[in-house]
Amino acid sequence: MPETKPVLMQGNEACAVGAISAGVRFYAGYPITPSTEVAEQMAARLPDIGGVFIQMEDEIASMAAVIGASIGGMRTLTATSGPGFSLKQENLGYAIMAEIPCVVVNVQRMGPSTGVPTAPAQGDVMQARWGTHGDHPIIVFSPASVYETYYLTIAAVNLSQKLRQPVILLLDEVIGHMREKVEIPEAGKLIVEKSSDKVPSDWKPYDEKGLTPLVPFGFGHYYHVTGLFHDQYGFPTGDPPQVERALDRLHNKLEKYRDEIVLTNYIGHKEPRVAIVTYGCVVRSARAVVKKAYWQNRLPVGLLSLQTIWPFPDREIEALAKQVDVILVPEMNRGQLVGEVERYARGEAKVIPVNRYDGEMISPDQISEALGRWLS
Amino acid sequence: MENRQEILLTGAGGQGLILASIVLAEAAVNDNKNVVQTQSYGPEARGGASMAGVIIDIDTIEYPKVTRPNVLLCMNQASFNKYLPRVEPSCTIIVDSSFVSGSYSEEYKVQAFPITRTAKEKIGREVVANMLALGVINAATGLINKHIFRESVFRMAPKGSGELNQQAFDMGYQLYEEGQGQGIGISAQTPQ
Repeated sequence: MPETKPVLMQGNEACAVGAISAGVRFYAGYPITPSTEVAEQMAARLPDIGGVFIQMEDEIASMAAVIGASIGGMRTLTATSGPGFSLKQENLGYAIMAEIPCVVVNVQRMGPSTGVPTAPAQGDVMQARWGTHGDHPIIVFSPASVYETYYLTIAAVNLSQKLRQPVILLLDEVIGHMREKVEIPEAGKLIVEKSSDKVPSDWKPYDEKGLTPLVPFGFGHYYHVTGLFHDQYGFPTGDPPQVERALDRLHNKLEKYRDEIVLTNYIGHKEPRVAIVTYGCVVRSARAVVKKAYWQNRLPVGLLSLQTIWPFPDREIEALAKQVDVILVPEMNRGQLVGEVERYARGEAKVIPVNRYDGEMISPDQISEALGRWLS
Repeated sequence: MENRQEILLTGAGGQGLILASIVLAEAAVNDNKNVVQTQSYGPEARGGASMAGVIIDIDTIEYPKVTRPNVLLCMNQASFNKYLPRVEPSCTIIVDSSFVSGSYSEEYKVQAFPITRTAKEKIGREVVANMLALGVINAATGLINKHIFRESVFRMAPKGSGELNQQAFDMGYQLYEEGQGQGIGISAQTPQ
């Protein structure tokens, strides 16, 4: 492990630092609150290390530039917030279909539309899953601290490369803007997962036999890139068996690497009666509650925090639901991920939403109150 | 002293309170403490009121927002009026008497110092009032090791102004020590 040093760092800055450590050398974006500091940091850091920073005319073009740079062999990232995330959806779908790696950061703010630009919310959970059309797979990470932002950005970049799959980093205004003490390796050291796959001589861009590494344009292989369903050489096809195989291929690669993708963390009682399931900044409030309820008062409660929200941690919820009577799902929206929790709880536990959507962070008191009601 | 210390810095946009909160947080990191810094990004942060919060703890900090401040700094009248009723009487309240006057409930322990006026008259630069305020706060509370804090003030200052900012920080200490002798307070200074 490289040496670490404690520093004060902002969430958005940790995202930029993590990206650079993971080998990202291309950023194209259009600044928008509360994600602007990611662009600011990338603009300050990339030119010095031979990277490219481009401020594009809008978010649609930013996403297109990122995809282009990725096919050219660069590790890429773009950051935005709500309204900009909506604009990126079409090209995001293209990247999924054409299997082009890239990382899209969405620092969530209060919506819909321009909403409250500086207020935190978690309203884009379903948009991150289904924002682009078609029956596509997606990977979405949701960090709860500045440090998690750092390491999940690194994980996002590496997974994206390995699986040739766009990854979304779903931050929120609280985590993006807050500064806290973190201990991370000094900038400049690469934390890049090397692809062990050699490019075979009979390399095909979308090999029927399974995942092949992306060979960048200009590196000796000719292939076709399209948003249309395509055969293993990348040329368009409408042949039903090939179409079905191609869609399975997109989903299967995520299923194969599920254990590397789905990250969760449980703290609390060994045999909890009431559990909290949450993600993003709400984990902070929930941890404060569990610290008091379990560590101080030894109450049978626990917290399952989800670093990965898509693909949804179905098995983890299934297992948890068998242990507990009640699952509380606090979210800063009118209830989005709670539906998934309910689906995988399969009636084994009562699933209760705890919501706040006034543009303020959910407080430990609000969660505590709900917890108290179900414990007694 | 409780482990968890919550500090709320309030005033007008442009008084350098957000920078002050970052310097305070940086000093806490250098003093080997856990720290979280947040700030108000609302429309009020553009020209109107400004607010920044810092939480310092030995333990890990979960909920990042300031809810029960142990220290409140008010750099203008509006913030004094707004935040005073929200703190508990045990809170250490420091106000800049250059801008704040008027009466308040006797249960609060308010300590007033001419922070901005001193920065202007003794140092010749109004902009260092924020570092002077940090000096006053640390003198009053001993939150951070003084030496480490001074170093952090130097390092975080814009290039070439490190010494000027340290001078302001030291002036804060001086102001606090003198003020203690005179029993300085708002009611002692301004007609009610």
